[in-house]
Amino acid sequence: MENYMKLEIAAIGENESFARSAVAAFALALNPSLSELSDVKTAVSEAVTNCIVHAYEGEDAQKSILIECRIEKRTVGGALHIAITDYGKGIQDVEQALAPFFTTLEDEERSGMGFTIMQTFMTEFSVASEPGKGTKIVMMKEIAA
Amino acid sequence: MNFTAVEKSGVLFLIVEGEVDEHGAGELRLAADRKIDEHAGADKAVFDLGKVSFMDSTGIGFLIGRYKKLRRYGIPSYVSRVNAETDKILSLSGVYSLIPKM
Ligand SMILES: Nc1ncnc2c1ncn2[C@@H]1O[C@H](COP(=O)(O)OP(=O)(O)OP(=O)(O)O)[C@@H](O)[C@H]1O
Ligand SMILES: [Mg+2]
Repeated sequence: MENYMKLEIAAIGENESFARSAVAAFALALNPSLSELSDVKTAVSEAVTNCIVHAYEGEDAQKSILIECRIEKRTVGGALHIAITDYGKGIQDVEQALAPFFTTLEDEERSGMGFTIMQTFMTEFSVASEPGKGTKIVMMKEIAA
Repeated sequence: MNFTAVEKSGVLFLIVEGEVDEHGAGELRLAADRKIDEHAGADKAVFDLGKVSFMDSTGIGFLIGRYKKLRRYGIPSYVSRVNAETDKILSLSGVYSLIPKM
C-alpha cells in the first residue's frame, strides 16, 4: 500500500514551521535531495501561509487547514502528492491571483509571489477555489532516484 | 529567527538568522526598522543572509519593504552570503534588480 498522511491544523502562524517540517519529514521516505526537500518545504509554507493570511477573516471563524500527502513509489524514484485545503473565503478570480506580483495585501508587505513560487518549485500545481467555500491547492513533486 | 545590526565604517550590516516566514515577520520588521532609524547616516546597507535556514515569499516582502525605507534615507541596499535555496526565491522575484548581490 502507498503511504499517506492527513494532518488537520489550526490556521495560525505558529503552525507554519510545523506544517512544512511535518511534510518534509514525511517526504524523507522518498530519499529526496536537499534541494528537492527545500522546494517542497517552501511550496508548503506558501500554501499554508496563504490559508492563514488570506482565507479566514474575523476572530470567530473556525480556522482550519487540512494537509494531505501521499507517497508514490516508482520503479525509479517517485513522487510526493500534496493537497492543502482551507474552508475560508475562496478566491474570486483565480487567474488573476496566479499572476506574478498580484496581491490583495500590498500594505502588509506581501509580494504576490506565493503562487509563482509554488508553480516554479513543484512539478505539478493546480488551484480549485469557490468563493465562500474555500480553496484547495494540489501539488506534486517528482523525486529523482 | 534572530536579527542583529552593526555599523562598520559607514556600512550597516543587517544580519538575519534562522527561519524567515510570516509568523516571525512582524518582529523582524520592527527590529530592522528600529536599527535603520538608529543608523540613518550610514552610506550603505548590507543584508547578511548567510545564516538564514529557511525563507519563503515573506522574505521578499521584508527585503523590499526595508529597501524602500533605506532608499528614503538615501541609503543603497545590497544582499550578501545568500544560500542556494534563498537565491532561488530572490532570483525568481527579481529582488536583485533593486538589491544587488555584493
Ligand atoms: N487560501 C486563500 N484564500 C483566499 N485567497 C487567497 C488564498 N491564497 C491566495 N489568495 C489570494 O491570491 C493572491 C495571491 O496569492 P500569492 O500567494 O501569490 O501572493 P500573496 O500571498 O498576496 O503574497 P506572498 O505570497 O508573496 O506573500 C492573494 O493576495 C490573495 O488575494
Ligand atoms: Mg502568499
